[in-house]
Amino acid sequence: MVAESYICVIVLILAAMVIALRNLRKSYGTAEGRLEVLRGINLDLSAGDRIALTGESGSGKSTLLHLVAGLDRPDSGEIVIGGRDISKLNERERAAYRRTEVGVVFQQFNLVPSLDVAANIAFHAKLAGRHDTEWENELVERLGIGALLTRFPEQLSTGQQQRVAIGRTLAARPGLMLADEPTGNLDEANGDAVLELMLSLSKGTGSTLLLVTHSQRLADRLDRQVHLRSGKLE
Amino acid sequence: MTTWIAATALLSHWRRRPLQLGALLLGLALATALWSGVQAINAEARASYARAAAVLDQNGLAHLVSSNGRPISQSAFVRLRRAGWKVSPVLEGEYRFGATRLRVIGIDPLTMPAETQTVDLGNAEDLLSFITPPGTLVVSPETAEKIRGQTGLALRVSDRMLNGAAFIDIGMAQRLLRRDGELSRIVIAENQRPGLEPLGKLVPTLSVREPNAQTDVEHLTESLHLNLTAFGFLAFAVGLLIVYSTIGLAFEQRRPTFRTLRCLGVSLRGLAVLLLTELVLFAVAAGAVGVAIGYLVASLLLPGVAATIEGLYGASVPGTLSLRPEWWVSGFAIAVAGTLVSSAQSLLRLMRMPLLAAAQPQAWGRSSEKGRRFQVLAAAALLALSGALLLWADGLQAGFGVLGCLLLGAALLLPAVLSGFLTLMQRTSSHALVTWFWADARQQLPGLSLALMALLLALAANVGVGTMVSSFRLTFVGWLDQRLAAELYVAARNEGEADRLRAWLATKVESVLPISSVDAEIRGQSMQIFGVVDDPTYRKHWPLIVGMPDVWDQVASGKGVLVNEQFWRRERLRIGDKLDLASDWKAAVVGVYSDYGNPKGQVIAGINALTSRYRHVSRLRYGLRVPPDQVADLRSNLSDEFGLPPENILDQAALKEQSRRIFDRTFLVTGALNIFTLGVAALAMFSSLLTLSEMRLPQLAPVWATGVTRRELALLELLRTLVLWLATFIAALPLGLALAWVLLAVVNVEAFGWRLPMYIFPYEWIRLGLVALAAAVVSVFIPLRRLAGLAPAELLKVFADER
Repeated sequence: MVAESYICVIVLILAAMVIALRNLRKSYGTAEGRLEVLRGINLDLSAGDRIALTGESGSGKSTLLHLVAGLDRPDSGEIVIGGRDISKLNERERAAYRRTEVGVVFQQFNLVPSLDVAANIAFHAKLAGRHDTEWENELVERLGIGALLTRFPEQLSTGQQQRVAIGRTLAARPGLMLADEPTGNLDEANGDAVLELMLSLSKGTGSTLLLVTHSQRLADRLDRQVHLRSGKLE
Repeated sequence: MTTWIAATALLSHWRRRPLQLGALLLGLALATALWSGVQAINAEARASYARAAAVLDQNGLAHLVSSNGRPISQSAFVRLRRAGWKVSPVLEGEYRFGATRLRVIGIDPLTMPAETQTVDLGNAEDLLSFITPPGTLVVSPETAEKIRGQTGLALRVSDRMLNGAAFIDIGMAQRLLRRDGELSRIVIAENQRPGLEPLGKLVPTLSVREPNAQTDVEHLTESLHLNLTAFGFLAFAVGLLIVYSTIGLAFEQRRPTFRTLRCLGVSLRGLAVLLLTELVLFAVAAGAVGVAIGYLVASLLLPGVAATIEGLYGASVPGTLSLRPEWWVSGFAIAVAGTLVSSAQSLLRLMRMPLLAAAQPQAWGRSSEKGRRFQVLAAAALLALSGALLLWADGLQAGFGVLGCLLLGAALLLPAVLSGFLTLMQRTSSHALVTWFWADARQQLPGLSLALMALLLALAANVGVGTMVSSFRLTFVGWLDQRLAAELYVAARNEGEADRLRAWLATKVESVLPISSVDAEIRGQSMQIFGVVDDPTYRKHWPLIVGMPDVWDQVASGKGVLVNEQFWRRERLRIGDKLDLASDWKAAVVGVYSDYGNPKGQVIAGINALTSRYRHVSRLRYGLRVPPDQVADLRSNLSDEFGLPPENILDQAALKEQSRRIFDRTFLVTGALNIFTLGVAALAMFSSLLTLSEMRLPQLAPVWATGVTRRELALLELLRTLVLWLATFIAALPLGLALAWVLLAVVNVEAFGWRLPMYIFPYEWIRLGLVALAAAVVSVFIPLRRLAGLAPAELLKVFADER
């Protein structure tokens, strides 16, 4: 009974995960004045979509990702997720959104340095209230990090850290998975392997995936591509 | 030019981090201030003892003193002069001028060796007025003010004189003190003719006391100054911890600059010289501020220290500070030395850093496993050494050694203990955020450990010294109740008045307890013998530590005497041991009593036994036993009948109040130093938290990104600081109690000769805990405000490609 309810909640979250970005604008103050990074972005994503967001350095890819992740607020526009504009949420509500609905894999991985690998993987899932030891074990096995569970982030190689970061995000079963240049610090072979893993796992969980990359080769492997140039989608 | 450009690049670090620079300079200035302040107080007091000894005791010269404790006959002096010896007689005693009691020193200006320059009697007129009736008293200006109108003697004021002492011609002194034909000692001039008959043959009952580099008062007050120095050093060490951590962090943060400068052609040697110059300049600047604050601290504390020294040792120290150039020099020296010691490790790291080393700062303060293990081993060795010193070593230095090893060992052990505690808490928690909280606290530990060690030392010093002082106070108050049993204390102004007083009192009070004493030398120590009458008051109230069952009968019969605790301990006496009290008077020790606040040994004998051996014993003071409701009437009758001034009639309550006031004033300095040390520890905590907060973002940002608000993070930061503070506070309690025990059972016994029972005062801990809590909250306030108000953009930088 409990398992059924749990699955129902997941399904509802996934079903609700329809993303609509409406006329999104964001600028930053610089020494030379205001720099407009995003200049009216409009984008729709359906549940389960796997989309590559490409663009040159400085085109605003990371900024857009941060806005969708609820890490930052737009100057104007709407970010409607599951029928709710997250840009209108207060800090507490946005924290709850990050905790329960979204998972982010950063380029710098950003693991919690004081926790070991096992605790890092379980961290987000526990915060989200979706801690599932079996699922975490499966992830650990598929990511090939079983031997690293008692190590700390500083004791891991770049590739290993990236696997742990992906594991942490997937362990929480987020409806929306965002990845910012997840293979940027990896060589081609490792980058391919990591991407393959992300695609297969996100497909397995039914998560929507928005992946930021400037590599056309990687972008080609996703369902859809959108290109960002000078703050506008092409 | 290259050097200047490189220096500009290095200094730009401080321009961007003014708070860090402030913490460095403030830490250094405070460390220097407390150290130089305490040194200034010690130097002033020591200079004062030396001046007193030089002026009053002629301690630069050898003396002849009685070897049996009895007064020296004037004929001995005459015999020596006739034999050709250049000697000069001195008679000392106490005399009351109105309400002021003075140490009267009778000298012979004609024979006094010129090198002592005791009294400047430059012209014949001065000399004549000094040696001919009515006589002249040479006193300090303050003393002159006090006794003006109280004596028929002429007063001559001398700036070189110390308060509470007076020089007078020896003939006048003998009359004044009623000691005709007696001398206290004979001063021996340095240059004697060769071929003189030996002193041993001429005056066999006298012995030579060689000039002493350290005066009696200096010897007695050594423990107090050692105590102050220890406190000053503790505060200095706590201050240096701030400097050490700030310099360490600044070096780590400037790693990229170092690498760039070296890549651009600045030599390693040049870089090291630049950094050394920068540090020395900071040290000199902070040293100047520190010495100035130290002067202020010393000026504020000196009156208290002077009162302590006067209360405990009867030595007079002026309550004002004179500016001595050696403080400035030593203040700057200690600031520079402290800075160099604190930065030695960082400089060594720089010298060993390869040109292509990682430019990113390492996790600051993160000590290696090896380093931690070494720290625990060093702590264990120090604690073992402390135990060994406690068991097998004697003396005051050993006592302070026990304290030093105990404190340092415990401080070194603290990070390991806290780490163990945090690991345990992490393992027992299951909630993700709680687990992270403990794990993160453990990760912060290396960066905070120096500040926490400083906090531990300051808290333990507060608990330890507070427990010691409060135990002392409780014991002292109880002891006063026993010791001051008489309801009224009266002092006659002269022996004639004393005779009339005794006769008048005989029918008006329940009993009259004479307070009579003589100065004597027993077992080579100068001390007092008091005479007591056989009265139930003593049998009921006197604070005996040990005694024979019939102790008071023995004392009354003259066969036995009581000794005070300090003399008992110093001489390792046992009940039944015989003491030579005069050439024809031996008596057994039949009991020991506590006698707090008295540095010297003391003996209590039956009054008849005393007066039969010492004819000149003064009988001016009396304790009176009357029903409490008659005290006021008796007091007013005494005043009407004898015209005694209020200072000469003191009731028990007033005396107790006065004694308590002196006691509290005595420990005012300790309290002030305690607060200063705690303040410095709070600053260390603030400095560490502030510097850590600058590097917290990479640790906090991932947690924020996974759905914890900035407000929650700030609250957790506050909680983390409070948990570490609380754990340190709890660790400080047993350490403080151990410190109190060592102070009461080891240091006090060695320093003062008395051992006090130890009492526990949990309310004082709560009060200290609250003060320390307030300090912790204040110290975390700015870092916390910074974190709570952090813009998301700052946190986002952590996730950006280029940071």
